[in-house]
Formats: sequence, structure tokens, C-alpha cells
Amino acid sequence: MRTLERDSFDRLLEALEARGYQIVGPKARGGAIAYEPLSRSTELPVGITEEQEGGTYRLRDRNDQALFGFANGPQSWKRLLHPPRVRVWRGQRNSDGFEIEPEPTDSPKWAFLGVRSCDLHAIRTLDRTMLEVEHPDPGYRARREDTFIVALNCGTAGGTCFCVSMETGPKATFGFDLALTEMLEGDRHYFLVEEGTDLGGEVLADVPTAEATESECESAHRVVERTAASMGREMETDGLKELLYRNYEHPRWDEVSERCLTCGNCTMVCPTCFCTDVEDVTDLEGNAERWQRWDSCFTVDFSHTAGGSVRGSGRSRYRQWMTHKLATWFDQFGTSGCVGCGRCITWCPVAIDITEEAAAIRATDGERR
Amino acid sequence: MKTLAELLSEVPAFVGLTEGHRELIGGCGRNVILPRGDYVFREGDPANAFYAIRRGDVALELGAPATLVIETLHAGDVLGWSWLFPPYRVRYDARVTDDVHAIAFDGACLREKCDADHDLGYELMRRFAQIITARLQSTRLRLLDVYGPPAAVR
Amino acid sequence: MTITDIPERYRVSSTRRETEDTWTLELEPVATREVGFAPGQFTMLYAFGAGEVPISVSGDPGRHGTLVHTVRAVGATTRAVCAAAEGQELGVRGPFGRGWPVADAEGQDLVVVAGGVGLAPLRSVLYTALADRERYGRLVLLYGGRTPDQLLFRDELVEWSGRDDIEVSLIVDAADEDWHGRVGVVPALVERAGLAGGAVAMVCGPEVMMRYAVEALLDAGLAPDRVHLSMERNMKCAVGHCGHCQWGPSFVCRDGPVYSWSEAERWFGIREL
Repeated sequence: MRTLERDSFDRLLEALEARGYQIVGPKARGGAIAYEPLSRSTELPVGITEEQEGGTYRLRDRNDQALFGFANGPQSWKRLLHPPRVRVWRGQRNSDGFEIEPEPTDSPKWAFLGVRSCDLHAIRTLDRTMLEVEHPDPGYRARREDTFIVALNCGTAGGTCFCVSMETGPKATFGFDLALTEMLEGDRHYFLVEEGTDLGGEVLADVPTAEATESECESAHRVVERTAASMGREMETDGLKELLYRNYEHPRWDEVSERCLTCGNCTMVCPTCFCTDVEDVTDLEGNAERWQRWDSCFTVDFSHTAGGSVRGSGRSRYRQWMTHKLATWFDQFGTSGCVGCGRCITWCPVAIDITEEAAAIRATDGERR
Repeated sequence: MKTLAELLSEVPAFVGLTEGHRELIGGCGRNVILPRGDYVFREGDPANAFYAIRRGDVALELGAPATLVIETLHAGDVLGWSWLFPPYRVRYDARVTDDVHAIAFDGACLREKCDADHDLGYELMRRFAQIITARLQSTRLRLLDVYGPPAAVR
Repeated sequence: MTITDIPERYRVSSTRRETEDTWTLELEPVATREVGFAPGQFTMLYAFGAGEVPISVSGDPGRHGTLVHTVRAVGATTRAVCAAAEGQELGVRGPFGRGWPVADAEGQDLVVVAGGVGLAPLRSVLYTALADRERYGRLVLLYGGRTPDQLLFRDELVEWSGRDDIEVSLIVDAADEDWHGRVGVVPALVERAGLAGGAVAMVCGPEVMMRYAVEALLDAGLAPDRVHLSMERNMKCAVGHCGHCQWGPSFVCRDGPVYSWSEAERWFGIREL
């Protein structure tokens, strides 16, 4: 463990840039925290926090100069690793038929700054769905590999966070090159830095740091413990998959569908929702393009077949989404599809709460509509 | 030569009847052979009989106005249930499409026996209800037009 | 880039109109590439500028170098595919998915139960079994359609009906008086086929038809793990990435489209799954 003083924080960013990384980190923009390219610590949301509740998100001033004193904005790293729109190929009609040119899969070399533990788990989950399968996604691979990750052990829990229940945080335990804990102790503002990889150590060697004392480590530990104790939400995960598998006909699905607008916000902000549509576009000059773009299981077209849409009702679409997150994902990828980040709760316009829905079904396990 | 009661026990719809009931029913039956092209009965006829088909094929038809085959019946099937329910009138034409060997049962004779012996009546009601259920199920399935073009392009 | 992302160019070598709205297209690869598929697999057929659709392979797996598809024109893309003339190019990705377990039926009676265009993916099974006829017990085809005119592959049905190494029973929902076959529903054919408990069944058709056909097969004593059916869902990427074809925990494009009833039973009855 090393310590990095706030005044030297930009040296870390410089060290990353010197190695050719394009740094992407949190910025306060448009009333929310967003992940965007940056190169100076002053671009971070200095002294800003969030108020998060079901259907509620507001930026608020803190009474300090913390760089990472918020929880999580609507965007996740999915937006960079698995972008909303990706061109897959371009085609051209010719005299014989057509020619198709695959889209190059080059990507900038990114350094992600301030990746929360829930989002590390989300990236790990995306890796499983995109890379650890029979047909890996080459575009995802190009964007994902060589990404340098600076994780952040959370010092603040959002009002809708439940990573403790999902065992995905608040402390980063894997998947990072460096992990920071932000420390604000009176006049001293510094970071505890943990090396996750040799590469992380090499970068850190270019930055002025000091060996952390036992008491500094202890303080950092307490910061994370405090966060763990202040989760906004809880989810009972014991037997959750089987619970949902035996409750496909539970009346709660009808109740939640009376509120659900099937807008798909939850799928857009979810850091693991990976579904895409294949969209073919053409012009009048014989050019065609294939795009992959985010899609949502909340649309009627999503389950379209020759005989019509399989999931015509809002009830069946909400059930598909939640059951996928908390049950079928285990059978598909050996892990939960939910990492407890709480974004779907915060950004649901009618404040539907996945933890509340799961609890309601558990409370009346076995009821049928 | 098998008796009618013995032949009856080979008809799937009548398996498991008591010997007494088989005798009673067999007493109202006779063997018939109907050549291809014949009509077993015509729409609107009084329903006075039913047939346990032992061999051959029958098409149930309706003029709509062109002739439409709505169901075909074959060996093992029972043809005709209108004899058991008022107004005792045949609903479709039954045309022989391949020479039929069948046992024909006199409906009026059976109705009298059912009135006199309610146990027999119950057995026959139960078995014809099953025949009707199967026919209704087949009808409903086809009403769905599952092989038709999808709703979107109809 | 992998082959799964880019359509390969194929040339239409022949077309044949099966019914009012269904065509069979034979395709040959433009660039030389080994064309192989297992019965029951599907490809993503691409008509330039019109889009891509999942279509089952309906040809003979023993005939190398050719992909045969039978396509029903029901939407803009399938209409464009069906309108493809001889010599025109189409794109093909695949074949994909888990097909029929034809080898598992060796030594057993094989019952093929089809409804409507559901015969297309099963024709490949029939070709396979007929090519190695002695490996199987009885070979039974039970096929239902809307009307006699809308049955697929009529020349072959006539040919097979004349053979003594395959038993063919046809049934239609409705017919005029010129039809000498049966009128009724497919489960009635199953009930009358005199099937032995050890038989292996492969079922493809609309879900409603499959539901009742499977019930009749189980009533006839077939084991749930020997009854197989092919599911249709919204296959888009065909490689388990896009999520559209999820059916309970499985991706139909990758884990299906063919499932045994033992695998499918738990999910089949759940509405709007």
C-alpha cells in the first residue's frame, strides 16, 4: 500500500498519459456524473455529491473538496466497452452482387479512472458475455484489452446502492491495475493506493508516493466499512434464482406492470445489460451498412417472430428483464446479471425498485395470478 | 364369425363396457358395407343411427356452396352422434371415400334402451361426450388456423 | 473479424415455388468454401439492402456444395429473399445452432412430425435417414397443413408415399372434395401411427401444433428425452450475443433451436416467456 497526496494526483494522470492512455473519468455535466475523457484532476466533480433515491437523482455540493465524493451516475463503463451504436460492416452493390467490408475494430488505449467495485464486477460480467463464449465479440475485445483500470473503493454509498447484498463491493478486490481509497482527514487530503498488477506498479513508480503506515491503512479500511454499513438498499439473494423460477405466474408481475412504463431506462443504465439489435441501413446508391445498437427487452419488437411478438404484455417484459438479471443469467454465464449498483432504481421514472420487487415475491412465494 | 357384441369390444370408443351393455348395444346393430361414393347420411336427415367404422374412409362435408371437407373419419372412428341429442338431425353429409365396412346402430332402438336402463344411458353419454370433446378439440385447433399466414400479413 | 459477423456471398442456383407464399432456393457459395450443415441448423439469409432473417436449412446434408432453404414470404426481408432470381447473390451467415439428434435415432423407429413450413427443417432428417435407411427401424412421416395446396414438397411427398421404406400420413385442416387424404389435426395422425415406446420423434411446426403433437407422442408411450422439437424465436445475431432469442435460460440460436422435451417441458408452458 502506498499513499498519494491530493497535490500529486495529477502526476498519476500524467504518468498514464505518458504511457499513451486516454484517461476517461467522471465529470459533472448536464446535472449528472458522466464518464468522459479528461486529463486534469480539476475536471473531476470536485466537491460534488449526489442525492439518489427511487426515481430521483440530484447533484449536491459537499462541504469539502473530494474528487470522488459521489456514488455513480447513470452511465456505466458499458458505454465505452459496448457502445450504443457500432458499425459492423459496410457493403456495396456491384455488377456481380455485392461486396462487404468489415469495420475495423481499432480502439483508443483507455485508462478508466474511478471504477467502482460494482462496475468492476459489471465489466467482469460483460467479459463473460462478450469474450468467454464460443463466438467472442471482436469489437468488444479490441476495446477491452489494454484498458488500464484505476478502481475506487467507495467512500460514499448512494441511496439506491446494494453492492453489499450482491457481494460486489464496496471494496475493489480484483480486475484493477490500481485501486484508490480517497481520504479526507482534516487538512490532509490523500489517497491510499493498492497495486493490482505489475503494470499498475510500474505506473505508480512514476508518481510521488510514500509507503502507507499501518494507521493510514486502518483509516482507509474504516472508510470502506462505513460505506458498507450505509447501503441504501438490501437484496436477499439466498435461493433467488429458484425463487424466480418457481414464480413466473406470481401476481406481483401484474402489479409492477401497472406502474412500469416499459421505457427501457433500466436496461440503458444497467452496466451489464448487453442486448443489441442488428440494424441494416441502405441508401439509394447501392450502399448498405450493418449497425449493432443497444436494444431493450422492454420493447414489443424485441421478441418479434413471424407469428407476432412473444412478449406482448408489459408484465412479461418486466418479468423477462428481472428474471434475466437475477436468475437466468446464472444458467447462461455462471454469475448474477445484477451487481447491485442501483442505477435501475434511481433512473426508473416511476421508481420501480428491483430489490423491493424481489422481496415482494419472496414474501408471497408461490402465489399465482 | 364374430358376434356384433364381440366386434363392438374392438371399437376403441366402446372398450371396457360390461358384457350386458355390449349385448344390449349389439342388439341394435347390424353389419353394413357401403361402397365408395355412397352417402352414409345427408345434412338435414333425421339422425337415426351411428356407425362404428371397421374399414374404409368417410368424409364429412358441407356445401359452402362448393363442397368443403371438414373432417375425415377412418377405421376405429365412430361416425354420428346426433342420434343421441335432440333435435336428432344430421348436420353434415357423410360421403364414403373408400369402401366402408361398419356396424350400424339403430339410434331409436338405443334411445329406448337408454331410457329403460340409465346405467347404459350414462355409459353411452359418457363415451359420446368423449367423442364430441375430441371432435371439438380438433375443430378448435383448426379454427386457430395455425398454419395460416401470420396475422401481420393477413 | 470472424465469419459470424460478415455474410458470405452465395449465388442462387435454382428457385422453386412450393406454395402460394413459399419458395425453395438452392444456393452455391461464390468463394469456394466447404458448405456443411447438420439437419435442423439454420442460417442467417441476407438480401442486400433488405435485411437478414433466420431460415432453417431444408436440403440434403449429403449433398455438399449447396445450401437449400425453404422460405415463406411473410415480411419485407423474406419477400426479398423469395423474390431472388436465379443468378442473384444472397448473403449467408452460418449455419448455426444445435440440430436434430439424428444419430441418436439409429436402431430405433424414427417419427417425423411436421406442421406447415415446419417440414422444411425436417426434410433434411428424412434425407439423412433415407440415405442410410437400414440404420433405422420404421421411418414415419406425419405431416399436417392448412390445405392440400399449402403442403410443401408435394412431388417428394408423392414419391415417398409410393415407397415401402417410409410411411407417410398427411392431414389438412380443410380440403375440397378432390382431396383423398385426411382432414383433421396432426395429433390424430400420431394416435393412429401405432408407435412403439422406443421410437424417437422430431417435431416442428407452430407452437400450438407442437404442444398437442408432443402430448399425443407422450400418450403413445414415447420417452420425453426421445421427443425433440424445434423452437422459433427472434434470432438476430445467431451467436448468443444480442439476447433477442432468449427462451428462459437458453439462447435459441445457440442452445437450440432443437430441444428435447425433457429440456423444453419446464419452459414450454410458460406464456410470453
